[in-house]
Amino acid sequence: MGHVVLGSCATGDRYDEAVPASPDLIETALIERVLSAAVERGGDMAEIFCEDRTSRSASRDDGRIEELSTGSSRGAGIRVVVGDTTGFAHTADLSEEGLLSAARAAAAVARQGGGGTKIAPLERRRRHEAPVRHLLDDVPTADKLALLERADDAARSAGASISQVTTSYGEGRRRILVATTDGVYASDDQVRTRFNVMCVATGDTGLQTGFESLARTQGFELFDGADVEEMGRVAARRAMAKLAARPAPSGEVPLVLAGGSGGVLFHEACGHGLEADHIVKDSSVYCGQVGQQVASPLVTLVDDGTVAGEWGTSAIDDEGRPAQRNVLIEDGILTDYMWDWLRARKEGRPSSGNGRRETYKDLPMVRMTNTFLLGGEEDPEDIIAQTPEGVYVAKLGGGQVNTATGDFVFGTTEAYLIEGGRITEPLRDANLIGNGPEVLRRIDALGNDFSMMPGTCGKDGQSVPVGCGQPTLRITGVTIGGTAA
Amino acid sequence: MSELHDIAARVVAQAQGGEEIEAYAARGTDTEIRVYEGEIESLSTATSAGIGIRVLLPGPDGARVGVASAGSLDPDVIAHALASARENATFASPDPMVIFASPDGVTPAAVDLVDPAAHLVTVDEKIALVKAVESAARSGDARIRSVDNADYGDSRSEMALVSTTGISATAERTSAFLSVATLAGSADETQTGSGFSIGRGPGALDPEAAARDAVERSVRMLGATKGRSIRTTVVFDPRVTSTILGVLSGALSGDAVGRGRSFFEGHLGEAVAVDGFTLVDDPTDLRAYGASALDGEGLACRRNVLIDGGLLRQFVYDTVSARRAGVSSTGSAARGGLAGSPGAGCRALVLTPGDRSAEELLSDVGEGLYVQSITGVHSGVSTVSGDFSVGAEGLMIRDGRLAEPIREVTVASTFQKMLMSIVGIGADLTWLPGVAAGQTVAIGDMQVSGT
Repeated sequence: MGHVVLGSCATGDRYDEAVPASPDLIETALIERVLSAAVERGGDMAEIFCEDRTSRSASRDDGRIEELSTGSSRGAGIRVVVGDTTGFAHTADLSEEGLLSAARAAAAVARQGGGGTKIAPLERRRRHEAPVRHLLDDVPTADKLALLERADDAARSAGASISQVTTSYGEGRRRILVATTDGVYASDDQVRTRFNVMCVATGDTGLQTGFESLARTQGFELFDGADVEEMGRVAARRAMAKLAARPAPSGEVPLVLAGGSGGVLFHEACGHGLEADHIVKDSSVYCGQVGQQVASPLVTLVDDGTVAGEWGTSAIDDEGRPAQRNVLIEDGILTDYMWDWLRARKEGRPSSGNGRRETYKDLPMVRMTNTFLLGGEEDPEDIIAQTPEGVYVAKLGGGQVNTATGDFVFGTTEAYLIEGGRITEPLRDANLIGNGPEVLRRIDALGNDFSMMPGTCGKDGQSVPVGCGQPTLRITGVTIGGTAA
Repeated sequence: MSELHDIAARVVAQAQGGEEIEAYAARGTDTEIRVYEGEIESLSTATSAGIGIRVLLPGPDGARVGVASAGSLDPDVIAHALASARENATFASPDPMVIFASPDGVTPAAVDLVDPAAHLVTVDEKIALVKAVESAARSGDARIRSVDNADYGDSRSEMALVSTTGISATAERTSAFLSVATLAGSADETQTGSGFSIGRGPGALDPEAAARDAVERSVRMLGATKGRSIRTTVVFDPRVTSTILGVLSGALSGDAVGRGRSFFEGHLGEAVAVDGFTLVDDPTDLRAYGASALDGEGLACRRNVLIDGGLLRQFVYDTVSARRAGVSSTGSAARGGLAGSPGAGCRALVLTPGDRSAEELLSDVGEGLYVQSITGVHSGVSTVSGDFSVGAEGLMIRDGRLAEPIREVTVASTFQKMLMSIVGIGADLTWLPGVAAGQTVAIGDMQVSGT
């Protein structure tokens, strides 16, 4: 099979309480008292989610380190589920008084009273530590800022038309602890690091932008194998290429997407539509389609929160369930949706580890982790050569979907015309529009390459890090929204 | 002064050795209620607070700024944030243009953003509001098959901003909203629509109107087909106009212009739009969602005419971007939250309405595409290049009236060309959430891409 190996699934899964871990966010005995208070008046389930976040970011603009910023937040969200109703409250006060007060506020929905909710004992905690080799706090700030300068210099040297360069660095550590009256008791320590370059090129045709990013669930070792100078040059080349670009065509065209160009296509075309919160409300075009052919037989789509180091990876989801690999579409046949605890309970099945939330202030919902299309067998060069006319997208931007209709858009940030089986002129940025189920059926070629890209997924006002991946592929027809007739 | 002001002032009082300190403290209480099929799906209520601290270290080659923020007003946490901001400043590059805002003598407008009755509304009454919007939407038309989401939210927030450079400000606001998303159709076809109502308090909310809007928008899309590619006049409804103006405002930020990231750079004083296009940012207008007495640096918000009769008159500035451009702050500092330094941005844009009703505009246009919603604004619209490409759905305009529904098309042009191709601005100014109000606007010669 042409499936690409994505690295081992090596997120630490230890039960050893003797590991010298970071201090507990909150003690077991206090958690038990808070959960008891939360179900005092009844309820099917109560949960406490504690989170401690620290972040550091720096940007270099116009050749200057503009500002170094650090942030911290810590708090707990408590939810009480009674039938189909969820009560929720959060607090930044992790004292017993603060937590009990939040627990009672969350429990206010359990008005029928009664009590008697069974509380499973919180036994051994599943404790996870991020497999980080270079803890960010151990790296001198000057080393981080030096990366910005190197990428900045490389981008500026890439061409005289580069008029602006912004480089930015960010790191974040998120420690979470989840405990429920069902006996879930787990914690995780997540470390993420990112690096971005944005360039503006100026020419007779106006201004154009180029962007390149690197982001992984890792510590400073992110930069061990990374060439930040090359990132600067890539971003600069993207901006400069578009100065000479012609307007994108309009209308339906064959489209070749480069491997790792963004993968946002699948995230939007079907990823969101396979989230069970849309399914249980019958507001997805993929409702009732399990076991049916929903895509070209070439398509095998996976959501996998365990892929080491990827941007959407974690040991547990934000409901304390271990992250797992879920095959969503296999050889074009829809195999399953993604589930969080709440929606899985409705269907009497286990969660698939897809319950996520942005912060302790948010309720969890069904979210993707790393969503990717497995690779095929064709040489990417051959796919281009066998496309007489069309558009080649080297890099995608963001996208958006209406899950109920399946209509989705995704933007290009580096695209070219394909003429006579060859990549020719660069195109200005445009959105493409398609309908998920239709586009999935129109995939007729899959490359043997593969790579992942980081992204930020927004849903209902909450943003979470996700990974997207795909090999080079061709869609026989999709509508591109350029201005050329 | 408020407790928050005392907290911020205590931070600022710790300035030492020539450093400047700015402290921004904020606190808010929010309630969110979601109803599904007549039952409460979720109910959240909570108070959160936090602080953002900026420290400026002066030096011979310019000042260096460090920033730290924390999601708590606990004294130990604040002390740690101050220490971090100080340390962070030592890593910044000296910049002679960087200063903190000082009072500029402009008196803040009397903008009262608090609904005094908001806190009297009980949770049960709030639940009743969202149940009302859900029920009105479900029963609004026989073709509504379900209501996807019906939400209520309100918040009461206060902030205090104090600096060693003389800023000492507090502000308070309340707000409330209802929103509803409907699904129309059958097993074979689904179309969606959304409606909302906003106000300073729950008493201002209109569940019937929000439901009616969602129902109409979803039902009139039934039977929609993918449109054909044509070059035609596109008419944007007020909500879409508001979204587009909100994006366009990014190009009017003096910060973006100064960094060479706006297609408006170098065009001050030139005609950038048709004669009838006058765009004003006026946060002192109480009707605006973004109304505010003070900007993100504690200076008075004021009325700024940005484009006047098609001529580009000025950009909006915060203190630092103004200094770089050799002008004064326009009271337009905007903060994204507790963290980071303010940038420059619009809060309350109004495109001066024309004298034609929406119906008259459609009649004037004759043939074209009426767009009721757009998608992909963040992926297909650039205020740097001006390139504009969005997904769209709406109705064809035939013989001056709305005709068959169209979906899965894109609408494209460039901002530069669109502003010069406006053929009609409606009288139907609508106050909407976000940074801009909106009205019906017709723009000629846009490329619609479909089959």
